[in-house]
Order: sequence, then structure tokens, then C-alpha cells
Amino acid sequence: MGIRINKKLEEIPPSGIRKFFDLISTRKDIISLGVGEPDFYTPWHIRESIIYSLEKGYTAYTSNWGIYELREAISSYYKKFGVSSSPDDVLITTGVSEGLDITIRGILNPGERVIIPEPCYVSYIPLVKLAYGNPVLVPTSEETGFKIHYEDIVNHSDPPSKAIILGYPSNPTGVTYSKKELEEVADAVIEKDMIVISDEIYAELTYDRRHVSIASLNGMSERVIILNGFSKAHAMTGLRIGYAIAPSDIMEAMLKIHQYCMLCAPVSAQMGAIEALKNGSKEVDKMRNEYNRRRKFFVNRLNDFLSCQMPEGAFYAFPSIRETGLSSESFSEKLLSYGVAVVPGTAFGKTGEGYIRCSYAVSMEKLKIAADRMEEFIGSIARERV
Amino acid sequence: MDEILEILENDAKISLEKLAEITGYSEREIENYIKKKEDERVILGYKAIIDWEKQGKEDVYAIIDVKVGLNRETGYNNIAKRIARFSEVHSVRLVSGDYDLQIVVKGKNMKEVAFFVAEKISTLPEVRDTNTHFVLRTYKEEGVLLFEDEEDRRLAVAP
Repeated sequence: MGIRINKKLEEIPPSGIRKFFDLISTRKDIISLGVGEPDFYTPWHIRESIIYSLEKGYTAYTSNWGIYELREAISSYYKKFGVSSSPDDVLITTGVSEGLDITIRGILNPGERVIIPEPCYVSYIPLVKLAYGNPVLVPTSEETGFKIHYEDIVNHSDPPSKAIILGYPSNPTGVTYSKKELEEVADAVIEKDMIVISDEIYAELTYDRRHVSIASLNGMSERVIILNGFSKAHAMTGLRIGYAIAPSDIMEAMLKIHQYCMLCAPVSAQMGAIEALKNGSKEVDKMRNEYNRRRKFFVNRLNDFLSCQMPEGAFYAFPSIRETGLSSESFSEKLLSYGVAVVPGTAFGKTGEGYIRCSYAVSMEKLKIAADRMEEFIGSIARERV
Repeated sequence: MDEILEILENDAKISLEKLAEITGYSEREIENYIKKKEDERVILGYKAIIDWEKQGKEDVYAIIDVKVGLNRETGYNNIAKRIARFSEVHSVRLVSGDYDLQIVVKGKNMKEVAFFVAEKISTLPEVRDTNTHFVLRTYKEEGVLLFEDEEDRRLAVAP
């Protein structure tokens, strides 16, 4: 028998997170800061409306586009981030993951390049490769705030790239972009005639100010595909529900793939999403406030024994562990024996070396214990080195 | 500094140290603020929410609707305050609807509560009518669910 597997997959390593998952599963006493999802349950009013929709028999396919009422609600919701769109510009997807996949496949021809600032979310690079594209990895560093700047894009544009994937607020760094910083990115994008794939799944979890979408900037709406969803803001991860807002030519391409590979997003989740947008903002505020408290508490604590920038969004802290002299991976492995799980920064790209990702989507009590244990671990390293 | 009150409302046992780390105020500032709010009686007290049924203690609670008649000398305030002073009375509220006051009474058993209502509340000259509902089971108290049917089903590590 010949080789039965797509050769492309040989280029794609298994997820760096998987390994830690297997290690942790064997231990009960570990506090996991490795979880990339809210620790809140889906607000009851959303769950209740899903249950009701099932009772009423909403179990059939919806249109490929998704339920019109939901598309309308999303289109008007996005005005708060400065983006005007029509419901016809909105496609309901099975989470941002699907949105990302069909966007990339919708725009890329084999060999075309896509700029990806690193460290970045785990799926960006594999999805570009699976679409036979070439990821152009642009390292960012703590010194430049883990953000990509005008020069970075221009300097990486020979040969030119078709698109850039921008995730903000960022998983794993918690960094996000101000309007001014986005304008700088937009200048380069327009100059180099690129498309922006704008992953805004953590938009609602922006602290101290309101999220700005790059699509809201002058002349950008024709170049930006907005990807967002309900997983983080409304704690609906397992319901797999997201959406894309895209210019019509790109949307047409995306829809073609979506209608064959997904048909439509799960109807129950769509019904829940309608309720989330109608009546969910109070719960979102409550959760954001709670994350914000944990953010300040935990990052302040981290700075007692490591160095960590205050994240501006999402629910991740990305402290530097360089001082310890350990690699991200061995730091994370050794920390396990102190009863705390984190994800090594290298799971998010080479530039993540020297950092770890800690999720603060964990109760205050657990965060406190986790910080104490981490401090003890750092203390033990310091003693060993003396 | 309302945030401090919001946090305390949900977790009265939180330490000054932790409050300082969360809010960015100094411990001294927070301590002074809390003291001030206690003095102003904005913070009225600190209590635990206890599931007595689970503890096996059979206290009895009853919600009692009270209809009162007013006259020139006596308004709602006078009657409500009079009722509120009984130590058996857990809470008193002026409400809209068929009845005027809704009070919650706590006692050792149904008999004790029933006799308290009959002897102390019904006999007040302004009270026209009472309607007693004994509490059979409590499902939610002060915003806290008294049942637990949800568990953390998240994977230990997720992207």
C-alpha cells in the first residue's frame, strides 16, 4: 500500500498543548492555568432559550448563511466597534475556527503568502499550510509590546503577501491594538494591497477601553474579514458558534466552502446566540468585571517573582521566565510538580520561548493558590542556582 | 470606590491585601473607606449564608402577608417598625399587591411560628388580615444557589 496520508500534514507538528494535556490528566491536585476558555457556565438565560428551542422543534438545517434574525443582530451589534455592515455581509460559522479555515481557503492560491505575527494562536499557521499557502512568520517581542508595526509588514513584503492574520486581543499574549496602532498597520496593508483576517474573538474582553476593529478604519472595510463568535464573551465554547463579516466577493468564496463542508452552523447554538445578543450584555459585563479583577490581582502577584506586562485583553497573562534560565518547556514541566499547569510560550511559536501562558479564567481562590505555588517554585530555582 | 462594596457584597471575607491587589488602592485607603461605610451604615453587617437544612437543623421559616388598616395617627412606617422589632421577625418589607407588608418569621417549629403570628402580629390593632406560607424548601438564598448540579467539565488544557 502506498502512502495513504496527505503529505502536507507532515509539515504540521501535533499541537504543543496536547502533550501537557496528557501529562496533567494523570494528576488531580493540579491547578490548571492552561485552559483557554471561560470558567463561567453559559448564562442560564441562554441555555434556557436553547432548551426551549429544542422543545419547539428547532432541529432542522438553517439556511447556509444562518438564521437571518441572528445575522441582523450581529450586524447591528458590530456598530459598537465602529463597523457598519448589512445582515447580508454576515455569515454564521461553526466557531471562529471554521471562519478562519474558510477565509484562508477562500482567498489563497497555492504558494501565496500570509503574514502572521508571532507568538500567535495555535491554528493560524497550520490552517495556512493546509490551504497550501506560505506562512510568513513575523516575530514580535516584549520590547515592542508583542505588536506588529508598519515597518515589520513592509520589511516582510518582498515577495508580497496576500494577507495578514491579526488576532487582538491576543491569545496568548493578552495584547491588543489601539486605534492609532491599527492605523499604522492599515497604512502598510493599503500600501502593500493586502487583506486583513481580523480575529476578534476576545473583543468583549478588552479592559480599560473599548475594542476597536481594524475594519472600522477609513478605507479598510473592503479589505477586512472580521471573525468573531460567542465562545469567550458569552462562555459558549462547546456550542461552537461564530460568524464572519466580509466584503461580498470574499464572502461569496467563503460561502461556497461553508455550504459544502459545514452546510450550516448548529441550529441550537444559533438560537442561543440570538438570545445572547438580545439579552446577554449584563452577563458579559459581569464576567468582564470578574476577569478584570483577577487580571489585576494575578498579574500584580506574578510581578512579585516574575516579570509580566499588564495584559490589555483576553484572559491570559504572558510572563517572562527568562530570569530562571529555564526553557519554557522545562519550566512548565517542572512547575507541574508544584501543582500548577501552564502552557509553554513555544506552543505559540518560536518567539514564545522565554515565556509561559497563564490563563486567569480560574476562580480567585485557585489563582491565589497557584500564585503561591509558582512563587515557591521560583524560590526553589533561585536557591538551586546560589 | 463602589467597586470595593461590590466585591464585599459577594465575598465579605476577602482580605485587605487581596482587595488592594485587585483594586489598586492601598490597604490603608481601603481600610479607612470600609470603616467610613460602616460608620455611615452603608455596610450594615457581615453574615454567612448557611444551608441549615443540610446541617440538619430544622428551623422553620414562614412568609407572612399582612394587610393593615391605616388611620390618622398610624402610617405604614409605624406598624412596620413595630413588627420589625420582634426578634422572631427576619425581614419586613412594604410591598404592592393584595397585601401591604410581607414579613419573614423564623421559629423552632410550625407551632411556634403559628402562635407568634396569632399572638403578636394578628393582635396588633392595625392588622386586618394575615396569610401565612410556611417555607418547605429553599432553592436560592441571597443570590446563592442551594443546589449543585453543575461541575467543571472543561479539559485541563485547551488552546
